[in-house]
Amino acid sequence: MKTSEEIFNILKEKFGEAIGELVSDKPAESVIVVSPMEIDKICLFLRDEKDLEFNSLMNLSGVDDANGEKVKDENGNEILKGGTLSVYYHLESISLKHKVTLKVSTDRENPEVASVEEIWRTADWHEREAFDMYGIKFLNHHNLIRILMPYDWEAGYPLRKDYQNPEFYKGMKVPY
Amino acid sequence: MIYDWLHNITGSAIAAAIIQSLLPLFIFILPFALFAVLLERKVSGHMQDRLGPMRVGYHGILQTIADIIKLIQKEDIVAAENDRRFFDLSPILVFAGSYAAFAAIPFSGAFIGSNIDLGIVYIVAVTGLVVAGILMGGWASNNKYSLLGAMRAAAQIISYEIPTLLIVVTVIMITGTMNLFTISEWQTQYFWNWLILGGPVFGTAKILLIPLMVISFLIIFLSTLAEVNRTPFDIPEAESELVSGYHTEYSGMKFAMFFLAEYANMFAVSAIVATLFFGGFQSPIGYLGNVFGVKWLIPIEQFFWFTAKGLFFVFVQMWLRWTLPRFRVDQLMAFCWKYLIPFAFVILILVGLITVLL
Amino acid sequence: MALKTEEMVLNMGPQHPSTHGVLRLELVLDGELIENVIPHIGYLHRCFEKHCEAMTYPQVIPYTDRMDYLASMYNEFGYVVAMERLMNIEVPERVQYIRVIMGEFQRIASHLVALGTYGADIGAFTPFLFCFRDREKILNLFEITCGARLLYNYMWIGGVSHDLHADFIRLANEFIKEFRPNLKELNDLLTFNQIFIDRTANVGILPAETAINYGITGPNLRASGVKWDLRRDDPYSIYDKFDFEIPIGKGEKGTTGDCWDRYYMRVREMEESLKIIEQALDQIPEGDVSSAIPKRVKPPVGQIYARVENPRGELGYFIISDGSLNPYRIKVRAPSFVNLEVLGELCKGHLVADVVAILGSIDIVLGEIDR
Repeated sequence: MKTSEEIFNILKEKFGEAIGELVSDKPAESVIVVSPMEIDKICLFLRDEKDLEFNSLMNLSGVDDANGEKVKDENGNEILKGGTLSVYYHLESISLKHKVTLKVSTDRENPEVASVEEIWRTADWHEREAFDMYGIKFLNHHNLIRILMPYDWEAGYPLRKDYQNPEFYKGMKVPY
Repeated sequence: MIYDWLHNITGSAIAAAIIQSLLPLFIFILPFALFAVLLERKVSGHMQDRLGPMRVGYHGILQTIADIIKLIQKEDIVAAENDRRFFDLSPILVFAGSYAAFAAIPFSGAFIGSNIDLGIVYIVAVTGLVVAGILMGGWASNNKYSLLGAMRAAAQIISYEIPTLLIVVTVIMITGTMNLFTISEWQTQYFWNWLILGGPVFGTAKILLIPLMVISFLIIFLSTLAEVNRTPFDIPEAESELVSGYHTEYSGMKFAMFFLAEYANMFAVSAIVATLFFGGFQSPIGYLGNVFGVKWLIPIEQFFWFTAKGLFFVFVQMWLRWTLPRFRVDQLMAFCWKYLIPFAFVILILVGLITVLL
Repeated sequence: MALKTEEMVLNMGPQHPSTHGVLRLELVLDGELIENVIPHIGYLHRCFEKHCEAMTYPQVIPYTDRMDYLASMYNEFGYVVAMERLMNIEVPERVQYIRVIMGEFQRIASHLVALGTYGADIGAFTPFLFCFRDREKILNLFEITCGARLLYNYMWIGGVSHDLHADFIRLANEFIKEFRPNLKELNDLLTFNQIFIDRTANVGILPAETAINYGITGPNLRASGVKWDLRRDDPYSIYDKFDFEIPIGKGEKGTTGDCWDRYYMRVREMEESLKIIEQALDQIPEGDVSSAIPKRVKPPVGQIYARVENPRGELGYFIISDGSLNPYRIKVRAPSFVNLEVLGELCKGHLVADVVAILGSIDIVLGEIDR
């Protein structure tokens, strides 16, 4: 049983630079910010280390931080330029009964995060969903295709804050 | 016999034969199918704590007629990729197979479609047409589910014909005839003369035969159940896996033909079981006609007893269907080859010894 | 075997009687043997998460109902637990009891559907109707409580919409009295039927290690022998007040973690739920049910991941608030979504008929998978 602070210290000692800050002023949950390219190694360590044993990934969710600047595109729609997309990892140890939340932030224009699919198989569909909804590319994912939206959906990523519904999908009117 | 009577009034052997051959269809199979579908729904309804059809007629007795009217009105859908000729032929073949079986079934002392000496073997052979029809339908539908269903059906029906035939041979060894009419006559009135209780000949053989005959009856009942694809052996049309197997693609009257064939088959196998082991059309307790000296009453009574026995086994089939889950295809085959067939062989040998030695 | 046949791809669904909704399975077959199963989901995608961003917090509750439509009460339960933690609301005792009673009734109702449809998948149709008969009575109880039978909008942030009906406790006790013999009848008819055991035991074995790695939760995880129940291991509401057992799979008829274990787990959980309901009906205090409902739901800036033990497993709500009246982001960790992932692994090497048995034993609801 370890608190987020203890886990943060262990990680900081082990990975140094790759670990960002511990955000704990928010109510109810503290978050460890880590580097998107190192997340797989960090997760592997968290899973395999004896006294951490995070053997379960409860949840993986993409979030649009919407912190870029707002610009108008050629059609007059407001879109976001720059800023970040984030991925939250809620980990849990079923044997030691402690939890931790990790967060990675990645560039909105070219969102790339290392995949944790090989560490927890459950991440497979979660990552596909985050890709489907936010367009976050998980590197080394074996089958990163859309999951809830149609496989040939070309109008972008629906849960981004600046998403616009297309007029037509294959000749069918979308907003009805 | 009805044939002679028909011959007398029509004055032509051909007309008599045609009328005779249509009789089972119109006075028996069609009304029976109407009744059996309703019975099935009522039986399942009451087993499942509900009432079944209640709206059409008193307690839903006209429900099947309404269904038939609906089926007649339906469009006969033929998909572009279906093999039209075989697709159309299949339901006819399936129905013909089960209808032909009725030719050799003795309904009463006065009526049997065709009193052929090969009776029982003829029935087993002619129901083989059903397999051809099912395979044809499954293949011509050009649907993977239909094909899987048809393959399963063919494998299952052919496998289960083996134990059926072995038991039939056992019975033939005891009775010494393949003629179903003679077999029925042989198990003369009163239930202790039935084959399941060792037949009419008293002696050591009868005592020895009783347990063997009970097991034989169970084997033939189970294997005929599998031959008509009823639960727990309904894997060819396993609704939850194969949608509805070989008749997935059929609609309207073609579907109704399959349906009719299924119910006709249910009665046919029940009738065979009843004829072989339960005295056929013989009454278990003697005839009122004999008591009152009214000779013409006897065939009617026989018809009643025959129908009652057949319906009882049909009811048992329904009972099983609404109680048991379904086997898996490999378990089904294992059940046939590992249990039914060896047991049937053992019984065949034992009965052979008994008939030869005693 | 020297004889190698060609592979066949069989599409199961989206319209198929036993995919439990609009799930499409792409089966790669060798004869009737499964070589691979690829699930395709999304046919029921209704953009729940996008919708939420345009709603105020209380308006989200009716949408949560529509995710797992067989366990609507519990979806609301999860959402209100998350919101109350985020807003730090103290909920009256009576409300907690009502929620537990409703939640456990919902669990029984949901398991009844799971067991009944599982019987139908295996080919026994009668247990299906027996289960629905009993579920009907639970829906009647819900109806007298909140007027709805399927989608309740009953649990609100900080309270519940209506107090219990005056007759509720009597009717609930009557139901429990009637239901116990019915459960035994179900066991006699289906659970211990030899054909049923042959069909399900040693089929689709899910070892505990794999289950945890795949994130399987709920009855499916417990059937694999892991004693993990959020009601006990991460208590929410007032579950720590009740005395109940957490059944785990023991492989009585086959191997631990096979389909029969997953099936039987639900039967035993219903018994435990009955125990919880009985205790709750006994102890429920008097009080007001709407005193803690906030006039305006405006949580502070922050985020929360709260989870409850849904009938299907761990139902998690990840809510990010930006301090406005609308949620910034709601992500639902749907148990069925995660549980379905393991299907391909379980089905390999089995027959087509087993796919149906395995899928049924996982007990998915497509409304929740596709959201």
